[in-house]
Amino acid sequence: MDFQLDDDQQALKAGMRRLLEGRFSLRDATDRIDRALWRELGDAGFFSLALPEAEGGVGLGLPEAVLVFEEAGRVLLPGPAVATFLAAGDVPGAATGEAVVTAVDGALVPWLEEADVVQGDTSGAVPLRSVDPLTPLHRVPDAGGLDRGALLYAAEQLGSAAHTCETAVQYARQREQFGRPIGAFQAVKHLCAQMLVRAELARGAVYAAAVTGDRLEVSAAKLLADDAAVRNARDCLQVHGGMGFTWESEVHLHLKRAWVRAELGRSARAAEEELAEALTEAP
Amino acid sequence: MDLTYTDEEEAFRAGLRDWLSLVLPELPAKPSPQDWPGRRAYDTAWQRLLYDAGYGEVHWDASPTQRLIFLEETEKAGAPYVGANFVGLLHAGPTIASEGTPEQRDRWLPPVLRGDEVWCQGFSEPDAGSDLASLRTRAWRDGDHYVVSGSKIWTSHAEVADWCELLVRTTPVSESVPKHRGITWLAMPMDAPGITVRPLRTLAGSTEFAEMFLDDVRVPVANRVGEENDGWRVTMVTLSYERGTAFVGEVVACRRVLGELAREARDNGRWDDPALRRRLGRLNAEFSALWRLTQWNVSEAQRTGGVPGVGGSVFKLRYSHARQELYDAAAEVLGTGALDLAHEWTLDRLSSLSYTIAAGTSQIQQNIVAERILGLPKGR
Ligand SMILES: Cc1cc2nc3c(=O)[nH]c(=O)nc-3n(C[C@H](O)[C@H](O)[C@H](O)COP(=O)(O)OP(=O)(O)OC[C@H]3O[C@@H](n4cnc5c(N)ncnc54)[C@H](O)[C@@H]3O)c2cc1C
Repeated sequence: MDFQLDDDQQALKAGMRRLLEGRFSLRDATDRIDRALWRELGDAGFFSLALPEAEGGVGLGLPEAVLVFEEAGRVLLPGPAVATFLAAGDVPGAATGEAVVTAVDGALVPWLEEADVVQGDTSGAVPLRSVDPLTPLHRVPDAGGLDRGALLYAAEQLGSAAHTCETAVQYARQREQFGRPIGAFQAVKHLCAQMLVRAELARGAVYAAAVTGDRLEVSAAKLLADDAAVRNARDCLQVHGGMGFTWESEVHLHLKRAWVRAELGRSARAAEEELAEALTEAP
Repeated sequence: MDLTYTDEEEAFRAGLRDWLSLVLPELPAKPSPQDWPGRRAYDTAWQRLLYDAGYGEVHWDASPTQRLIFLEETEKAGAPYVGANFVGLLHAGPTIASEGTPEQRDRWLPPVLRGDEVWCQGFSEPDAGSDLASLRTRAWRDGDHYVVSGSKIWTSHAEVADWCELLVRTTPVSESVPKHRGITWLAMPMDAPGITVRPLRTLAGSTEFAEMFLDDVRVPVANRVGEENDGWRVTMVTLSYERGTAFVGEVVACRRVLGELAREARDNGRWDDPALRRRLGRLNAEFSALWRLTQWNVSEAQRTGGVPGVGGSVFKLRYSHARQELYDAAAEVLGTGALDLAHEWTLDRLSSLSYTIAAGTSQIQQNIVAERILGLPKGR
């Protein structure tokens, strides 16, 4: 058992981070999809990573998919990346990033108008004034939806949770009040420590679920990663004080996206009921 | 990212399982939690069985992964916990193994492994808990002895211990000697004249720990582990073991209890409450993730040469809290039964309250995570 990332996985993660950080800026992001970036991601194998090599893919597995989605979550990449990834191999152009694919997920469809292909029944879809300025949303009446993407959303939540933890720590080191960095105050320190603990617990759950592919582990991972992303964003906002409440800082975008993702893939309510039911089975 | 075990590790697991299935049915009933002499006899007999079967050194010599498998399988099979052997096996022993002289290793390690001798930990004092380095118990040199006077508190199973890993101050604090210097780590025989042990009752009703009064207790200089005044460094070795893999088996036990809770709730009708179901579902996610975090920390220790790292603090913070939530949920399932001490879960709920205090409080662990992992500035 060596649960740590191997050298290839570390290189993959680092490469994806470099690509995203070099190419994407949250500051300039809008609710339109950056088609050129989408294609660059396609060229880098982002969407085709799990396809067999015979089908033009990279032939990697769920653990690698989770690592690249974690990076997408860190930078808060906009767009229906999860649905496009899942459609690679079925929808022409998805694997290469030429086609933008979205899907009905539970009662929501993100990016309905921007997407080239929409999977699922969207009849009666009504636009919402989305709380997340970077994720347009439609609501659909009584749609069942597919929740195949739960683990990938969880990976994005993990990336966001780790990022807001680092941002809070950075700010706490440099912002001074009462003549010292605020990070020297225990009340701030303890907020940061709990952020790390949440992110690390979610990491254990998300990575393990990627290795086993077990449905219940995916539910556990989604639940803990949702919690980590939402609560870390809130704590990060708190550490930033008044600055955190403005549009200037990017913290609010992480919180809003975390709320949206928490409803996508598998909601907390569904995951909890499923995990509870499993407990009553004979040991 | 690999969660499969090697053939060798699986063979170790299978051998252990077979052995457990043979010996466990033959074990006598566990003594009551109040009966410490009984528990000492029971726990040391179990250690002897392990030793004779070749598992005596599993906490020291085995790889972190083997230790994980050992703790997982023994807990799954319902085998006894280290209990009275905790300090000897899990921290005094490893400390002596890494910091002691060859003579000290020969003198103290085999009896711990055979279950012949039991150790306790004399670190905390009435005025030095979280701020351990401010301890005041003094030791003077008199020829080839230290003469020790002072008092210790919260000393777990002091009543039944043969040896105590004792921290003493050998140089008074002054401008030139900060409090972390001047501390020395001694092995004190518990039958030495001048030691008075006064049991303290815990809120769970048992006398698992005690106060110790030390009045001119003579401890041979040969019992010093590490150099004089270098005890703080030795203590850090001890604490890294204390916070390392000590909780692995407990996570397995908590997962078992959670399943029992859910089945109890189904039987007594409380399962119909969606709020309770969701609470138990969330705890299922929590303990499943804590198990994965344990595997993560163990495989990291395996890579870095076996010494548990600060990841132990991350784990302990979350685990100690989750354990308390588990038994609060148990109380919800039991209803008024939660007020009945005859129920095992009621006692476990009471003892779970110590988890956020013992071995470094949650506040102290948060300081460690913030300063040592996140690099935030030290506070005052
Ligand atoms: C069941 C049990 C078994 C134990 N067994 C042993 C044993 O065998 N041997 C042994 O030596 N010790 C043992 N201990 C002692 C244990 O290590 C101490 O209780 C613990 O370190 C806390 O010290 P304290 O009790 O003096 O509390 P204090 O240090 O007085 O703390 C009181 C409160 O103040 C908070 N606090 C203190 N300092 C800070 C700070 N800097 N920042 C923020 N908050 C702070 C604490 O978190 C706590 O909430 C045991 C304790 C328990 C409960």
